Amino acid sequence: MTDLTRLTAAQTAAAVASGETSAVEVAQAHLDRIGAVDEKVHAFLHVDTEGALKAAKAVDDKRAAGEKLGPLAGVPLALKDIFTTKGIPTTVGSKMLEGWIPPYDATLTARLKQAGIVILGKTNMDEFAMGSSTENSAYGPTGNPWDLTRIPGGSGGGSSAALASFQAPLAIGTDTGGSIRQPAAVTGTVGVKPTYGGVSRYGMVAFSSSLDQGGPCARTVLDAALLHEVIAGYDPMDSTSIDAPVPPVVEAARNGDVRGLRVGVIKEFAGEGYQAGVMERFNESVELLRELGAEVVELSCPSFEYALAAYYLIAPSECSSNLARFDGLRYGLRVGDDGTRSAEDVTALTREAGFGPEVKRRIMLGTYALSSGYYDAYYGSAQKVRTLISRDFERSFQQVDVVISPTTPTTAFPIGERADDPMAMYLADLCTIPANLAGNAAMSVPCGLASEDGLPVGLQIIAPAMADDRLYRVGAAVEAAFTARWGHPLLEEAPIL
Amino acid sequence: MPGITREEVAHLGRLSRLELKDEELDHFAGQLDAIIGAVARVSEVAGEDVPPTSHPLPLTNVMRPDEVRPSLTPAEALSGAPAQEQQRFKVPQILGED
Repeated sequence: MTDLTRLTAAQTAAAVASGETSAVEVAQAHLDRIGAVDEKVHAFLHVDTEGALKAAKAVDDKRAAGEKLGPLAGVPLALKDIFTTKGIPTTVGSKMLEGWIPPYDATLTARLKQAGIVILGKTNMDEFAMGSSTENSAYGPTGNPWDLTRIPGGSGGGSSAALASFQAPLAIGTDTGGSIRQPAAVTGTVGVKPTYGGVSRYGMVAFSSSLDQGGPCARTVLDAALLHEVIAGYDPMDSTSIDAPVPPVVEAARNGDVRGLRVGVIKEFAGEGYQAGVMERFNESVELLRELGAEVVELSCPSFEYALAAYYLIAPSECSSNLARFDGLRYGLRVGDDGTRSAEDVTALTREAGFGPEVKRRIMLGTYALSSGYYDAYYGSAQKVRTLISRDFERSFQQVDVVISPTTPTTAFPIGERADDPMAMYLADLCTIPANLAGNAAMSVPCGLASEDGLPVGLQIIAPAMADDRLYRVGAAVEAAFTARWGHPLLEEAPIL
Repeated sequence: MPGITREEVAHLGRLSRLELKDEELDHFAGQLDAIIGAVARVSEVAGEDVPPTSHPLPLTNVMRPDEVRPSLTPAEALSGAPAQEQQRFKVPQILGED
């Protein structure tokens, strides 16, 4: 009998649509898998067994009634615990929202349900999406299915680990500085940060509003494209949502022809701090694209060297303002309200108890960068660097169609290694941050295992805003050629849990 | 650039409405000092002639039609409230005694 948890999302949807299996059987197989392995992995913060089976049955009923099913109907999905889900807990990995039950669905959640996608539960994450390892979750770390003593990336480590351990064929992440792409890279999965404004942020707990972007995570490029199409598109509930047609991502993922495509290699993304095994796989990918008929050009983006510094001023500044809403008054945690303390004192006690160390660091950092006397030197300068980075991208995209780099400088590091060294942790986002600052579309696709540690390496592809389809074209080409070379998908080499 | 002191962390804590514990002050002082030291380099390239970018999209004043639409009921809106009274959020005292 086929193991239903090993199918791709596209295969699963086809099997459900043809009646070869039922959505309920598929959901049950994944719930069983979660029951069997998630104690070890800890990808999920909340599993919604009842809701998942109910949603699956609705798909089966619809099919029985002869209604047409959507392209992902009956496919299970792991949802990052940053999107609100009506009646289902949403914690953002924080004690601040422990036990909070949102009274409404995020637009993204509603679109998943509308498409007949079966939400299995909510996945672990760094608190408020701040981190690169999922160690900052208030509910404990998640293990990387390739080696449970290592990090699954972050902030969306629960989503990437759920995919890599076959607990779900689809997942959702959010990417503020790399939180979809870096977890994808270190777990051998596919992750896409759509163009900023491409996927609605309504009902997605805000961290840094000018950078935050939800997006699809999957085990194949086509599955990511199918999910992208479901969640993307204009939403009047998000004032920064782009009112334009969704780029033809599914068509591009089915096409995968890169002949004549111009690919830029950014020379600044190499050198000190880059693991040799990561660069080996990256250089192999460059060679592969050449063999497939792409034209490879070397480019220089001198301002990218300042991207990390700019990001760690802009994101904390926006977060210090966004997280002011957690004041213990209207929802979430309230601490110290003994009838004698003022609202201000209760707020300070609540925030002290409810936020973890990384969130506190970033709130204070942002408060510092925005305070009078420092504003121009820090936040103001960071905003100018943002302009320079956009200009570097604009200049690059006059010469090439996409740019590529390693997704992250190293493979998955051991849990605990960088936990109390913020600057070392921040380096994990070195290559992913520029695309967030400029609002471009970007993807990470597996490109092999590093020779020194046998852990997955990701290839990052970056396209101009609203050219998300190019990511899928290149991603599909790389995926198909590597899969042929290896003789199987990369995840087949992951240990069986 | 002077280092971030314990006193400065305490001040940032107050501005951020965080009732920091004593042991956190020293810990955060060292870490914030290292981070601020590293990110300060943005000023190296931020010339007078470079305009700032606050957002990737050139949007201003996005408006929606002013129409009545379905919304949360009072019970739903209050469902997460730490305390409530008479269909309102009940909060600790905001003004002084007199």
